[in-house]
Amino acid sequence: MALRLPRSGVPQVLAFLAILAVNWMVSAQFFDIRFQDGRLFGSLIDVFNRGAPVALLAIGMVLVIATRGIDLSVGAVMAICGAIAATLADTQPLPVVIAAALGAGLLCGLWNGLLVAVLGIQPIIATLILMVAGRGIAQLITEGRIVTFTSPDLAWFGGGSVLGVPAPVAITFTVLVLTILLVRRTALGLMIEATGGNARASALAGVGTRVMTMAVYVWCGFCSALAGIVAAADILGADANNSGLWLELDAILAVVIGGTSLFGGRFSVVLAVLGALIIQAMNTGILLSGYPPEFNLVVKAVVVLVVLLMQSPRFSGLAILLSGARK
Amino acid sequence: MSEGVSSNTPLLEVRGLTKSFAGIRALDGVDLTLRAGEIHALLGENGAGKSTLIKTITGVLRRDAGTVSLDGSPIAPHSAEEAATAGIATVYQEVSLLPNLSVAQNLFLGRQPTRFGFVREGETRRRARLLLRDFGLDIDVTAPLDSYSVAVRHLTAIARAVDMSARVLILDEPTASLDANEVEILFTVMRKLAARGIGIVFVTHFLDQVYAVTDRITVLRNGRLVDERLTAELPRMDLVRMMLGRELVEATATHREAVSPTAMSEPYAVFENFGKSGYVAPFDLTVRGGEVVGLAGLLGSGRTETTRLVFGVEKADQGTVTIAGKPASISSPSEAVGHGLGYCPEERKTEGIVADLTVRENIVLALQARRGVMRPLSRREQDEIANKFIRLLDIRPPDPERPIGLLSGGNQQKALLARWLATEPRLLILDEPTRGIDVGAHAEIIRLIRQLCADGMALLVVSSELEEIVAYADRVIVLRDRAHVACLEGDAVNEPTILAAIAADTPQAA
Amino acid sequence: MNRLLPVLVTTAVFLVGFIICSLQYPNFASTRVVANLLTDNAFLGIVAVGMTFVIISGGIDLSVGSVIGFTTVFLALAIERHDVPPLVAFALVLVICAAFGAAMGAAIQYFDLPPFIVTLAGLFLARGASFLMSTESIAINAPLYSDIAGYAIRLPGGGRLTIIALMMLAVFVAGGVLLHFTRFGTNVYALGGSRASTALMGVRVGATTIRIYMLSSVLAGLSGIVFTFYTSAGYSLSAVGVELDTIAAVVIGGTMLTGGYGFVFGTFVGVLIQGLIQTYITFDGSLSSWWTKIATGVLLFAFIAFQQLLVVLARRPPRRVAGVVPS
Repeated sequence: MALRLPRSGVPQVLAFLAILAVNWMVSAQFFDIRFQDGRLFGSLIDVFNRGAPVALLAIGMVLVIATRGIDLSVGAVMAICGAIAATLADTQPLPVVIAAALGAGLLCGLWNGLLVAVLGIQPIIATLILMVAGRGIAQLITEGRIVTFTSPDLAWFGGGSVLGVPAPVAITFTVLVLTILLVRRTALGLMIEATGGNARASALAGVGTRVMTMAVYVWCGFCSALAGIVAAADILGADANNSGLWLELDAILAVVIGGTSLFGGRFSVVLAVLGALIIQAMNTGILLSGYPPEFNLVVKAVVVLVVLLMQSPRFSGLAILLSGARK
Repeated sequence: MSEGVSSNTPLLEVRGLTKSFAGIRALDGVDLTLRAGEIHALLGENGAGKSTLIKTITGVLRRDAGTVSLDGSPIAPHSAEEAATAGIATVYQEVSLLPNLSVAQNLFLGRQPTRFGFVREGETRRRARLLLRDFGLDIDVTAPLDSYSVAVRHLTAIARAVDMSARVLILDEPTASLDANEVEILFTVMRKLAARGIGIVFVTHFLDQVYAVTDRITVLRNGRLVDERLTAELPRMDLVRMMLGRELVEATATHREAVSPTAMSEPYAVFENFGKSGYVAPFDLTVRGGEVVGLAGLLGSGRTETTRLVFGVEKADQGTVTIAGKPASISSPSEAVGHGLGYCPEERKTEGIVADLTVRENIVLALQARRGVMRPLSRREQDEIANKFIRLLDIRPPDPERPIGLLSGGNQQKALLARWLATEPRLLILDEPTRGIDVGAHAEIIRLIRQLCADGMALLVVSSELEEIVAYADRVIVLRDRAHVACLEGDAVNEPTILAAIAADTPQAA
Repeated sequence: MNRLLPVLVTTAVFLVGFIICSLQYPNFASTRVVANLLTDNAFLGIVAVGMTFVIISGGIDLSVGSVIGFTTVFLALAIERHDVPPLVAFALVLVICAAFGAAMGAAIQYFDLPPFIVTLAGLFLARGASFLMSTESIAINAPLYSDIAGYAIRLPGGGRLTIIALMMLAVFVAGGVLLHFTRFGTNVYALGGSRASTALMGVRVGATTIRIYMLSSVLAGLSGIVFTFYTSAGYSLSAVGVELDTIAAVVIGGTMLTGGYGFVFGTFVGVLIQGLIQTYITFDGSLSSWWTKIATGVLLFAFIAFQQLLVVLARRPPRRVAGVVPS
């Protein structure tokens, strides 16, 4: 049993503030915010804006991980949905474009959910299938090209703004609030945590553990689709090869940084999003400091190691005490 | 029966072994003496301390006090491997071999004959065949272990242990899933090994097998040694009494006032010819509101299986169910919950509690599951329910926000009871509700069962504690060999009658 | 029989596929095509041998693609910029890879962490390290390279069995011997069956785990060396996503992703099937490369579903005590 980071989120908030402070030291203009063309600009805004796709993925992923699962296909699903949106953007009205992309995401989620909940295949294996095939499907849709579009409607999802807040940030915030309402204002959150904590006991208490499992994968597909739309709208095109590449790993990392254990159970959607922002703040900081962006990966590796060691049952005596008491 | 029991120094001598978990004594000064060439039954109900004793002897658990001597010299292994090296091998019911490897590989893993670093496959196979032939097995040793029956897996594990020069062999319920023919093969091997001077500790819950193969019996109960006897000199009735024994908990001493049948309500749940082949033989069962039906029998007799069938954990393949006068189907726990049933399983940790969640969340789980996701209990309602039951059942510490995994066994059990009471069930199934909890909580739970019954709830309770069953049950169904064999009512609900029904000497599978 | 079934199915799929291709394109069934199949997939084959060990032991290694990338950059820099003799550079890089793999194995064993996450950290670390060394593609012009490129065994019919194809075949043979004819190999299967039982039976689980991941990383390093022979260059972006192709090849080759079952020969066929799909697409000319991914995904699903079916069938009551003779 892994050591659970304190749920209060204090370490995550402190880490985020510390990284922002370092960024500020590196670049004195870090906290400068300008208002221009009806939209906020600045490095800090950038952290939120660039972090939006991973934050969206993390919102879906955290629920999947809470059920003791994992979804490796989110990057590929992003690519598929981005490709659909970009391909349709200039010929179809916006509602059709969005509905098609989101529908595809839901279908992908349903596929994963079926494999895991009905066929009983291990999540990591089940979602590997779509991870491999998904990018091929995305390339099939774009016919291997980088599909560009000019539709200002779809472009709004990347470059637009709501009351000065960049659209990706607004969308992410909306999905975050929606998800929190969904899981905490209904009994979903409790059911998901019970399923992840002890699926057998939950089933005996009458919880529909299969339905719960299906639901989280479907929602994860939905979030991935939104992330794909935002990413496509951002670059006014879809690059099936690179859209969402490695983002599944970032999303998992964000969830883990957010203190949700890979062994399922307790989860925090807000902290998962904060985890995504921490990752993005590091990326931005490295860019600002003039280090090559490649340095990112090394830093991420170190972060993974630190978080892992903190979660490792053998690393900390406190963890051993806790897990001993629980067993 | 085997010879050679004459040697002066016992092969294995255990004295005053003591082990506590979280303040509860699982073993309290237990002795065990195993002589060379002897087959020694280690008996006791669940929670008597058999597994703990085995694990403490073999070093899987650290003992708190006591000594273990092999051939007169004290040993203190730190792990099962160390114990095996010293000469004490254990074969568990769930054989700890590797199902995906071949029989030969399992026999010689880690010690295959090699030449220039390469395993000599042919030689390994030859030796494996030779070894198994000694055990009366003539099988394809290159086939993976999981293509063979449990009996072959047990014999393979025993062969490996013996070939690695084990002198003490501990067999932990090896016969639980064997058929009569397989049991006989196993016994033949056991007798042969005993004749070679190997001492065998045999854990089982089949009394016929105890009398068929063992020389001596040690009985444990509630972590204490009850007695050690020669098998030939111990009548079956006395043995059952020793196992189920009487350790009076004061509060439970008296049989509850019998409710006259006329005062009883309509049957709430009626199961007719209900069963599942290979699991529990078909049975009839009627439970009325305000009535406690006890399920008695030895471990493995089909008590737990009956409750799992009734709650839909296992699907029955025959029979009908009538709930409150209407035909019903129960093929899953959630359907059972829908019919007003509740179920506290025996395996509290793996099937009951969700350890990471709080007491409050664990208590409201079943009620919430029945209401559905879209009708959440507000936080205030949850707090009210949790606090009500914490007060009512005296759950300690009285903190609804504590992860339930941090509570003691008795308090976890009370919280699980609360989980079901919150759903206001019409029929509550309790499987060993007092298992592994301290005396105080024990008495409270029995008081609670009586009270629930007085409130009109129907209860179906499994217990190994006879005096407990006698104290609260209106009717007792006795099970043996996965079948319902007797139904005792009224004045017949007393210990001697139940004991007699359990011990009745009918030829059993073996 | 059950154990061999997946490999037999895989082999049948390959043979049927090859026959279909040959019927459609008369030039297909030639030593030239076969030799190219071996050469083009040499690096994939070598790394897949290591992955076979890892997956049979119940683990997974996501770091192999990055290790290949790291190796190519390291070799290019050492040989071209620092004038290290190629053979010395090879030895150096293999030692580094061995240490890297051992570290991952030790982390998995001693901190009791999931292999997925540990090797994910490895993925980030190795890729990041190669980016830090150089982000540009560096050509390797050492004489040894042109010698190796120039040498090949000529087959009747115009095929050229290149050095790298021969290296792959050698690795497969050596891997097969190691897995199927040594104690270490049996221990690998044992770990995949049950770690707890393996430990109970006196096998040193820790040492075995470390060696398995060491082997995987060393073979990834060797694969990187072969990759530089193939491309005559070192580039930090090379072999991105190869971990997925490798896992797919191993699974299509009939190895259970849950561990315990599999054959090196199956992996060989799995690699050939992936190569065959690519060759077919090249021959066809009108099909696009993304069909490879989709076809791989479909095969992956087919094999995982097939294995799940076998597992379900195996759960039914086992054979009776056939052959028991009471003595």
